[in-house]
Amino acid sequence: MPKQYETVIGLEVHVELASKTKIFCGCSTAFGSEPNSHTCPVCTGMPGALPVLNKRVVEYAIAAGLALNCEITKEFRFDRKNYFYPDNPQNYQISQLYLPICQNGKIEIETEEGGRKSIGIHEIHMEEDAGKLIHDEQTNCSVIDFNRSGVPLIEIVSDPDMRSAKEVISYLDKLRLVIQYLGISDCKLQEGSMRADVNLSIREKGAEKLGARTEMKNLNSFKAIGRAIEHETKRQIERLESVGNILQETRRWDDQKGVSYSMRSKEDARDYRYFPDPDLVPFSVSDEWIAEIKKRQPEFREEKMARYQKQFGLPLYDAKVLTETKELADLFEATEQICKKPKKASNWIMGETMRLLREKGMEAGEIQFSPKHLAVLIDLVDTGEINGSVAKEVFEILFEEDMDPKAYVEEKGLKTVSDRDALLAVIKEVIAENEKSAADYRNGKDKAIGFLVGQTMKAMKGKADPGAVKEMLREMLARTSGS
Amino acid sequence: MNLMQLTAAECGRMIQNREISAVELTKAALEAVCAREKTVNSFITVDEIYAVKRAEEIQKLIDNGTLTHPLAGVPMAVKDNICTKGMLTTCGSKMLSDFIPSYTATAAAHLEKAGAILLGKTNMDEFAMGSTTETSYYGAVKNPWKKDCVPGGSSGGSCAAVAAEECLYALGSDTGGSIRQPSSFCGVTGIKPTYGTVSRYGLVAYASSMDQIGPIAKDVTDCAVILETISSYDPMDSTSIKRRDTDFTSALLDDAAGMKIGIPRDYLEEGLDGEVRKAILQAADVLKEKGAVVEEFDLGLTKYAVPAYYIIACAEASSNLARFDGVKYGYRAKSYEGLHDMYRKSRSEGFGEEVKRRILLGSFVLSAGYYDAYYLKALRTRTLLKQEFDRAFARYDVILGPAAPYAAPPAGSSLGDPIQMYLGDIYTISANLVGIPGICLPCGMTEAGLPIGLQLLGDCRKEKNIIRMAYAFEQTRAYRRSPLAVSGTADHK
Repeated sequence: MPKQYETVIGLEVHVELASKTKIFCGCSTAFGSEPNSHTCPVCTGMPGALPVLNKRVVEYAIAAGLALNCEITKEFRFDRKNYFYPDNPQNYQISQLYLPICQNGKIEIETEEGGRKSIGIHEIHMEEDAGKLIHDEQTNCSVIDFNRSGVPLIEIVSDPDMRSAKEVISYLDKLRLVIQYLGISDCKLQEGSMRADVNLSIREKGAEKLGARTEMKNLNSFKAIGRAIEHETKRQIERLESVGNILQETRRWDDQKGVSYSMRSKEDARDYRYFPDPDLVPFSVSDEWIAEIKKRQPEFREEKMARYQKQFGLPLYDAKVLTETKELADLFEATEQICKKPKKASNWIMGETMRLLREKGMEAGEIQFSPKHLAVLIDLVDTGEINGSVAKEVFEILFEEDMDPKAYVEEKGLKTVSDRDALLAVIKEVIAENEKSAADYRNGKDKAIGFLVGQTMKAMKGKADPGAVKEMLREMLARTSGS
Repeated sequence: MNLMQLTAAECGRMIQNREISAVELTKAALEAVCAREKTVNSFITVDEIYAVKRAEEIQKLIDNGTLTHPLAGVPMAVKDNICTKGMLTTCGSKMLSDFIPSYTATAAAHLEKAGAILLGKTNMDEFAMGSTTETSYYGAVKNPWKKDCVPGGSSGGSCAAVAAEECLYALGSDTGGSIRQPSSFCGVTGIKPTYGTVSRYGLVAYASSMDQIGPIAKDVTDCAVILETISSYDPMDSTSIKRRDTDFTSALLDDAAGMKIGIPRDYLEEGLDGEVRKAILQAADVLKEKGAVVEEFDLGLTKYAVPAYYIIACAEASSNLARFDGVKYGYRAKSYEGLHDMYRKSRSEGFGEEVKRRILLGSFVLSAGYYDAYYLKALRTRTLLKQEFDRAFARYDVILGPAAPYAAPPAGSSLGDPIQMYLGDIYTISANLVGIPGICLPCGMTEAGLPIGLQLLGDCRKEKNIIRMAYAFEQTRAYRRSPLAVSGTADHK
């Protein structure tokens, strides 16, 4: 019988924090500006410049730590990680090794079998991002943009508690959601505001001792992470069975080719010569400060789901979908607040909103329209001022342009015609023009009524209540027996 | 009248009284620089055009009553590791031989605001590493008392410039004695303040946890005025401290009554030159006569200070100097193949021997496997040393001793034996390890005609104690001008 193996995975997740200014200077963290336009002596490593810690970054890191059930380090400090690379202007990165801000946390994830599992958080530490090297093929030159240099990051290091790609994805999903709910980062893997390195080893099922592990870098999507884990597990099993050992090394994933390459082995592992940064004195975190941050923590997904069911009477399914992202939950709550019709608000968000997001390849964060206007639209339908299909058309415009639906409906004359006489006149005309269908109906072919409703709605340019039209058609057809 | 013979405060007063003008004084300073630089080499950069123009502007502000600072219009110099916007800042190194900062260091900015006239930047040991000012890429500085002797270091340029009367005062930096030891060798007065008192923003870091900028001048009064001006809490420097007691001139009192002075027995034992020992004990007697209680005591751990200092300083330096890689500014090798070759060649060619020695030493003590044995042990030693000083300051207001084991040694005699040179820092480095203030002022002469310096150390934030004792002692003797200042040659005897 072939040996049974178990995959053991731990994650190092970098999250770029959404503070307005950099971690050690007052420069903006704005994305996509002219190269080197957000720089100063500090973040370009000029001689004599000194770092000063941005308190907001600490606050964000503590908020993340509290959400992940960590202990907050009351006396933390920064250390220098020394290595030479041109994107790193000081040739050391200010990071935390000895006294990271948060330690010993945990979060629960859902397992493949639908159960729950606790994943340990070993630590969260703060550090600065590096600049960006740009290689110009034409001039055969490398240039550096230091706009990203000094952008604050936290690194969330998990314990080796995950056993499959699914668990890893579930963990990352959970992490991303918590961080998005906190509002401390937008956590986009593709844009690099969230990056994950996977530490993976295998061992025989039932074994206690951990195997030698590899660290996989350059994983830019959840899909790539899944693929890389599968590939690395297979590679390690094959190597263990053929060569008999695993080399501890750092590997780089090539998602296009679906393979990984060795970057450096344990023997060439860099000695970063960490030591406490003498430019930054030890910082103390007071209990009052922690309490203050705790008080400001948002309502997280589980709490929201429970509340949506209890307070709004929504089904579990709705509560789940609406809380999948903080943006949708916020949109729902704001809309409900105005129109006080939770189920209808939920339907619009789960239905049309999500359909259009999918169709246009957008994310919830990119939603442009205001909850106020969605609430107005819901009211318009509810009071019968417009019918459902007109509402959907209006919504498509609303989704793009965020105009006031009420004004729009008035202006375009889309209001349902409730004037009975006007409607009767049209119906008479429709019957006269479609004698065959009228006759069919009278002869017991009930289906024919559908065609006549359609013709009437067409003549009304959709501005009628189809239900009312049907009723009136029946009445009319019963009264007039044809000529 | 030879204006350069005056003190900075005297000049400032005469400018305020319209007895002399800033322009007149600046021109006198530039003339002195012109006449003596060939002998002393205390400057790396002198900007005459800028200095005169600046003096004219400052004089206008003095005339219209805007500038009333006691140092307004007084020409000075700044050590070349303190950033000055638009003016070359080399740290005495080939590595930064073309570096022009885009900003001014906080300490220099305070003086600028006060109306100081910056003449130029003073020579120094490369990146402040050295005790002789012989490791500069811009050539060695000569001692204004005897040109065959070293001026001390690393602020040898600043001290020599003051002693040669090329400027009325200068800023130096002190990481292990770099203000006090050359002050001792050049017969001038210098203060290393409590760590955190003067902002380090804009001081090119050597050992961040010990670097402090401080004043160098002819007398205690000048030093107190300058220190008062440059001390500040700086939000740009996380290690800066908030103080309200920086009115140092209030301590200029000719009164030692009630002060308790301790002399560490270790400081007087083997290794200390006999002439220096005699001068130090005489100075102690003078203070005793002025009403101070003086006694000897055992400080302890003294012999561990030098190794602990060199481990910590080199560790920090190895990281601080990593940014000089030829990528962003400074020296880049002419030819290289690939990134790592560029790093290797630029740094090999750009740094001098002493700097490379300390970078290697620092990289070694921080390496995996050695960190605990060297770096952590040195940190623990530092903590113990602090406790020793705390105990001492529980009993004494001031610790008195020499600033160096001997007067200025002959040029070329120190660099061949770096360990011996490091051991020469024994009396000064403890103050940097534990963050306390120290002052060095002249207290006598050797037979060979070289000045001897007296060092007074105070507890953290207690500059006023050492300023008061130094001032009281200073009142008993006249300022002695260097031969270079008096006669234009530094060939004493």
